[in-house]
Amino acid sequence: MKVTVFVTPKASVLDPQGAAVNHAMQSLGFSDSSNVRIGKVISFDLEEEDSPELRGRLDKICEDLLSNPVIEDYSYEVSNAS
Amino acid sequence: MKVSIIQFPGSNCDRDAYRAMVGPLGVDAELLWHKETSLNGSDAVILPGGFSYGDYLRCGAIARFSPIMKAVKEFALAGGRVLGICNGFQILCESGLLPGALLRNASMKFICQDHFLTVEDSNAAFCRERLGENVVIPIAHGEGNFRIDEVRLRKLEDQGQVLLRYAHEKSDDEEVANPNGSVDRIAGIRNEAGNVYGMMPHPERVVEDFHSNQDGIRILEAFLSAN
Repeated sequence: MKVTVFVTPKASVLDPQGAAVNHAMQSLGFSDSSNVRIGKVISFDLEEEDSPELRGRLDKICEDLLSNPVIEDYSYEVSNAS
Repeated sequence: MKVSIIQFPGSNCDRDAYRAMVGPLGVDAELLWHKETSLNGSDAVILPGGFSYGDYLRCGAIARFSPIMKAVKEFALAGGRVLGICNGFQILCESGLLPGALLRNASMKFICQDHFLTVEDSNAAFCRERLGENVVIPIAHGEGNFRIDEVRLRKLEDQGQVLLRYAHEKSDDEEVANPNGSVDRIAGIRNEAGNVYGMMPHPERVVEDFHSNQDGIRILEAFLSAN
């Protein structure tokens, strides 16, 4: 199955990259945009079946490695397509 | 006194730290590859600056799980002295041995310059009486923006865990004094127990007679005498 993890900066954290991108978007005349946040998507394939136990391990790998819980939030989607 | 300086793939300030130890500081030191699992009875550990694992995922996020880090963590939890410089500081925050996190500089620029820092009265080993009111130490980083939540920040400040703050000799203007947007201009901190230090500036770059100054010597001496 395929796991897709979304890692984003916590709402309370300043995102200077997001601010720089917002400035660039406005310079291009896009729109009166605000609150740009930049995160990352990490996807991987797993050979095992979905289960509550697997979800527990997914949470752990997300908290320990894929995200820094001090400054980031994470969520993930699981699908059977690969 | 023997100091182990850990080399991660991508570390590049390991040899400067080694030279500082065996030269001006006059202390025995060894370079220790990150795959080792023992500190070989060292009295102190330095996690040097650089770009461990290419700063992939997040600075220090992968180095934190290197084999040697199990021994480093046990050593720190048992009261052993650990100093993280720049990338080393990032690794210590990622591993939870120090609180907070280092984010991208607010200016989005990599800053490379000598910087004026105020010395904080942190504890008996690290204080203005021993180190003077300020030091000038080079910084060279793109992700030195220290952030921490309000509750932990209050605790850090109230417990005197801040070691160094970014400043400017002639101005208190935030733009001039703070190179990267760090909260409370925090450049270096210690843990509660006082045995783990982390700082973004590079003391090992100002220790030799041919360096711009030798302020790094007393910073490193303070670390070696910590706790």
